[in-house]
Amino acid sequence: MTASVPVEHSLFLAAILFVLGLVGVLARRNVMFILLSIEVMFNAAGIAFVAAGSEWAQADGQVMFMFILAVTAAEVAVGLALLLRLYRHFTTLNIDAASKMRG
Amino acid sequence: MNVVFYISAAVAIVSTALAITRMNAVHALLYLIVSLLAVALVFYVLGAPFVAALEVIIYAGAIMVLFLFVVMMLNLGPESVEQEQQWVKWYVWVGPVFLAGILIIELIYILLGERSLLAGNHNVSPTQVAVTLFGPYLLGVELASMVLLAGLIGANRLGRGSTSGRGKGKDR
Repeated sequence: MTASVPVEHSLFLAAILFVLGLVGVLARRNVMFILLSIEVMFNAAGIAFVAAGSEWAQADGQVMFMFILAVTAAEVAVGLALLLRLYRHFTTLNIDAASKMRG
Repeated sequence: MNVVFYISAAVAIVSTALAITRMNAVHALLYLIVSLLAVALVFYVLGAPFVAALEVIIYAGAIMVLFLFVVMMLNLGPESVEQEQQWVKWYVWVGPVFLAGILIIELIYILLGERSLLAGNHNVSPTQVAVTLFGPYLLGVELASMVLLAGLIGANRLGRGSTSGRGKGKDR
């Protein structure tokens, strides 16, 4: 058996990907890119779960990843429907346009 | 196997960084798909082959296709043709193809390697995952189905046109 990957390195990868997604959410103004960045953050959380489950040889981490997958699918469906509504209403994908929404 | 992990992690980080800095949504989607494939390889090295398959099938397959559908829906009209010609330049796919090439070389290296190399980390088999998922986490499976149903109904309500939806539902 070769030397296994230390769990800290997997968690570093998860942290870096999460921060990249967070930067994307904060920096971009296009709703499409914000949704993509949220996907990246969900994925990073999944890496952390799977790495921890692999470290202790438990299946719970992979089960949690499957729940993340279900939540992500629901979030993407609702988020993209909202994106289409925003585009139809304001004819732009700028998230700041929605701040003018009243009532 | 450690080498495979670190190269895949580097590919994932680079392609994610490129994905969130692209100006064009289709380019960003290409890089994000490469990033998800790299993460799937990371999962495989970590001893989670079932999750690696789910990552490719559901994330890179289904969810990214949803994004592509929306990009296509937003680009209707005659100007989309010249936009498309503008998009399909050779340098557009060089970056993703290069990163995906690194991944496929790693995959060939894994497949040609000895079987004992696959057991670097604790390997959690799909059977163990299924026993846990439908044993202690059965309530979670039911709740996940409710979340998916709520997402379906929400997307249906929101995605309906503003005029055709009026007066049909209860809340509007």
